[in-house]
Amino acid sequence: MISQLLEILQMSIVLVAIKMVVAVGVVLGAVPMLVWMERKVSARFQRRVGPNRVGPFGLLQSAADALKLMWKEDFFPNNTDRIVFLAGPLLTFLPGVIAFGMIPVGRASGAHFLGQGGVLAVSYLQMGLLGLLAVSSLASYGIAFGGWASNNQYSLLGGIRSSAQLISYEIVMVLSVLALVMTTGTFNLADIAQQQQGNVLPAWNLFTRPLTFLLFLIAAFAETNRAPFDLPEAEQELVGGYHTEYTGMRYAWFMLGEYAGMWAMCSIITTLFLGGWTLPHAWIDWIGAYPWYFEALVSFGVFIAKVVAMVFFFMWVRWTFPRFRWDQLMKLGWKTLIPIAIVNILLTAVAMEFGGWYVR
Amino acid sequence: MSADMTPQTPQTETATEAAIETPAPRLLTRTVLKTSQKMSWVTRIYLPMLLKGLMISLREFFRKPVTFNYPEQRPKVSERFRGEHRLTKDDEGKMKCVACYMCATACPAHCITIEAEAAPPEWDGRDKIPRVFEIDMLKCIYCGYCVEACPKEAIEMTNKVPQVYQTRQEFIYDREKLLAN
Repeated sequence: MISQLLEILQMSIVLVAIKMVVAVGVVLGAVPMLVWMERKVSARFQRRVGPNRVGPFGLLQSAADALKLMWKEDFFPNNTDRIVFLAGPLLTFLPGVIAFGMIPVGRASGAHFLGQGGVLAVSYLQMGLLGLLAVSSLASYGIAFGGWASNNQYSLLGGIRSSAQLISYEIVMVLSVLALVMTTGTFNLADIAQQQQGNVLPAWNLFTRPLTFLLFLIAAFAETNRAPFDLPEAEQELVGGYHTEYTGMRYAWFMLGEYAGMWAMCSIITTLFLGGWTLPHAWIDWIGAYPWYFEALVSFGVFIAKVVAMVFFFMWVRWTFPRFRWDQLMKLGWKTLIPIAIVNILLTAVAMEFGGWYVR
Repeated sequence: MSADMTPQTPQTETATEAAIETPAPRLLTRTVLKTSQKMSWVTRIYLPMLLKGLMISLREFFRKPVTFNYPEQRPKVSERFRGEHRLTKDDEGKMKCVACYMCATACPAHCITIEAEAAPPEWDGRDKIPRVFEIDMLKCIYCGYCVEACPKEAIEMTNKVPQVYQTRQEFIYDREKLLAN
């Protein structure tokens, strides 16, 4: 009896450990690739070639950069609160990893030992969407801490901007999520993704709820501090923004945090609006004849492909649009997007009342 | 200006009159016209315009890069491009240079080093030839004054784009390299 219990415990501990290693590995592996991708994509948008010296197609450029940053001087500005100064970069990076841990990245319906219906997620939460909303806004603390602890007015302005921007656009994001959840009827991310599978054509929320998607997308840009909402690090006005005083690996952690946040945010958008790991039944049902790990790999691949497409869209937007001015950002957030988000909720309610098909 | 408005000071009145009489600059007029136009609702919700912008940048994304990989690929330059120097030879294959130091004197960057020696006796018509003739390509500004200064047309510029090396020593071109250039 006791030995059986122990065995189960060991099993689950091992399983959790494996899942955590894979999730952290995916984020840590994805971030250098995203940095490389950003440089390559921005180069192509500007009709340049981009990094092509280190490794094939410059793929190892990020590794070379990391190596360089590690050898740089470990610099502390005078009169700083060192603990807060050190906590800044870490707090920016961690939320991305935590958020990615909550997102279901695939499904192996045959893998019964996983429990949770074969959904591949580090932590399979019934309230996953709420958890994501709670975690994804934590990154702003890191930026605010770093900006304040740097003892530099430009950094401080960057940190303050980040906080203010987050408070404004968090509302839009939550309101758009509310409109979504009204129709899905669940906070479970795996269920939300599964609902969008569709039979022949993908029944993605992107197509059925374009306004909600648009609101969420704009809020996501602001939340990840990506252009055109990259005011916290507006280099033309604020030198380097919140990471002006950071050097070496600590600066690298901020960079990693930015891209981990983008990766997590693109995963969220993929799950909520692009159907997560699912493909329509007609496209994918042949997979039932194969073992569970095959399905797991394919669904994971589909998920990653969708996320990378979303990341490309983020980069596309960054290298197309100019940055907002500070007052324009606030005006857009409070006077345009929040009213639209509220109207969107009303429209969703009306559609639910008069069109049963709209409810998932 | 409406009629019931009381004129404030004579200065402003004259200023207004002057502004009416002198035509506004062309650029200003156009700006005023643009902003006074009422934007259509398509423009005001921005989204179609944003999509248009995204399409423009996507078109650029798929076009060929205009840059090239510099040290491997060389820019195409015209025949008259002033690139690396060359020491010329006469019909018998002897170098024309007579080590007169004119080029080194003319050089504003002081990049030419010449050490003279006596010419071999069978080379008639000259006293000296350069034992050392070095050009430091890192100092050279490619102005071409050395070519203008040379009385024997012994130095000229090729249209070879300046090379890239790993060490400073490699940038110093000696006599043989310049003769072969």
